[in-house]
Amino acid sequence: MSPTRTLATAGRVLRQLGHDPRTIGLLLLVPVLLLVLLYYVFDADRDSFDFIGSALLGIFPMVTMFLVTSIATLRERTSGTLERLMTMPLGKGDLIAGYALAFGAFAVVQAGLATGVALWFLDLDIEGSPWFLLFVALLNALLGTALGLFVSAFAASEFQAVQFMPALIVPQILLCGLFAPRDTMQPVLEYTSNVLPMSYAVDGMTEVLNNSELTADFWRDVVIVAGSALAVLALGAATLRRRTA
Amino acid sequence: MVNKHREGTSPPPAVHARDLGVVRGGKPVLKELEFSVPRGTVTGLLGPSGCGKTTLMRAVVGAQARVTGRLDVLGERAGSAALRHRLGYVTQAPSVYLDLTARQNLDYYAAVLGVPRAERADQVDAALTDVDLHSHADALAANLSGGERARVSLAVALLGAPELLVLDEPTVGLDPVLRRSLWNLFHRLAAERGATLLISSHVMDEADRCDRLMLMREGRVLAEGTPEELRARTGTDSVEHAFLHLVGDAADDEDNGGTGGTGGTGGSGGRRRAADRAAGRDGSTAEVSR
Repeated sequence: MSPTRTLATAGRVLRQLGHDPRTIGLLLLVPVLLLVLLYYVFDADRDSFDFIGSALLGIFPMVTMFLVTSIATLRERTSGTLERLMTMPLGKGDLIAGYALAFGAFAVVQAGLATGVALWFLDLDIEGSPWFLLFVALLNALLGTALGLFVSAFAASEFQAVQFMPALIVPQILLCGLFAPRDTMQPVLEYTSNVLPMSYAVDGMTEVLNNSELTADFWRDVVIVAGSALAVLALGAATLRRRTA
Repeated sequence: MVNKHREGTSPPPAVHARDLGVVRGGKPVLKELEFSVPRGTVTGLLGPSGCGKTTLMRAVVGAQARVTGRLDVLGERAGSAALRHRLGYVTQAPSVYLDLTARQNLDYYAAVLGVPRAERADQVDAALTDVDLHSHADALAANLSGGERARVSLAVALLGAPELLVLDEPTVGLDPVLRRSLWNLFHRLAAERGATLLISSHVMDEADRCDRLMLMREGRVLAEGTPEELRARTGTDSVEHAFLHLVGDAADDEDNGGTGGTGGTGGSGGRRRAADRAAGRDGSTAEVSR
């Protein structure tokens, strides 16, 4: 791996995004608008808004980065640019770290905007520091990037790639404890939720919501989400082949 | 000059294949290929669509899986990491980022090749000049025509002064004036920089622009040599006729079941005559279009 090539790749990905202002607008504004929507949905129940709102601040970056990365890397695979890069002195790690860096940076802006609006305009009431919300949101974005990169290897078209969203992300949203506490689920589902990374992402957000101090549970959640992201990134690297049939 | 330094130890050929084979989807796509591409030449890889040209080129640049036999490129095994700085590769479909400008594409690929930041802008400019694309340097690749996009893709391959350029149908769909200027560029790269170029085409009228030719059909090399040699050997007046003649010979060999088929005289001459007649027809139309 080389820092120059990693940074050049990250810069290139951001420059590509820069030529697509509509995508940037959608990525930045949609989470904010959904939070506003949620604010009025829970007009009479501020506690629920605090709980679901803070969880969504973690879920949004993961979902959007999953979609963006899976399509972007699928394009890279189908357009021949990946084949060309793999015949050049670019490490697989450079490519993956470049993508993670670019979308991670973008996710910070996205999560920062959504968190700022939630805290200052929508009176989201959290005990802990908003910086830790942002930190967990960034890790979630990396996890989304990692998953997107990984599934792009199994999609032959953009149609297939977007279908991995309901297949991989929606079950995690259903099981992460947002709809029902995880320990009240049918035991098989509870065990399943224990091995899904999004459960820990949402737990981490809830820890920040409920505690002014950083708890041991918070750090456990952070380590699990970060570890999952790195493991999936490594899996993603294994799907990049210099030689293809 | 790269070709002849130090007597006795001439550098290994740019590409050297022995018993090269590739299997794709359970079917052999390349079969027992033996050839070499001398350094500093413009070698044309000619053959109909589907004959294995692209697979062969992918094997040379190390992008092809399931390659058997031996394939050496610039003295190293094809696909080895040391070669990644020394090759330029243009895929058939232009492999550039459509949502970047031509210049941004080149700048990124130059960074990947390890061109130092201070030299990048100059190298990018030089590559844009080589393919005559300066006026479109800051247009998004998505907004360029197919031919312009192909030239951006070609310009990428010129970055970093590669020793071997592998170009898969680089002149398809370009207007004749531009095609001529690109062929001039290819010869200049060979003459001035000592680069070796392996260029595929399915258009036989590009054959005479090459120093050497490899004629391919159905995963095999039918013949190699200079265009004059191929015409002289087959007693024909164009490479297209020579190709048809060689296809006839190959068919004879198969008919004879390998017993004494090397002579290629006698045998099923009817097929050969049919092939030659077809060549005559095609040749006359080609003459008119030229």
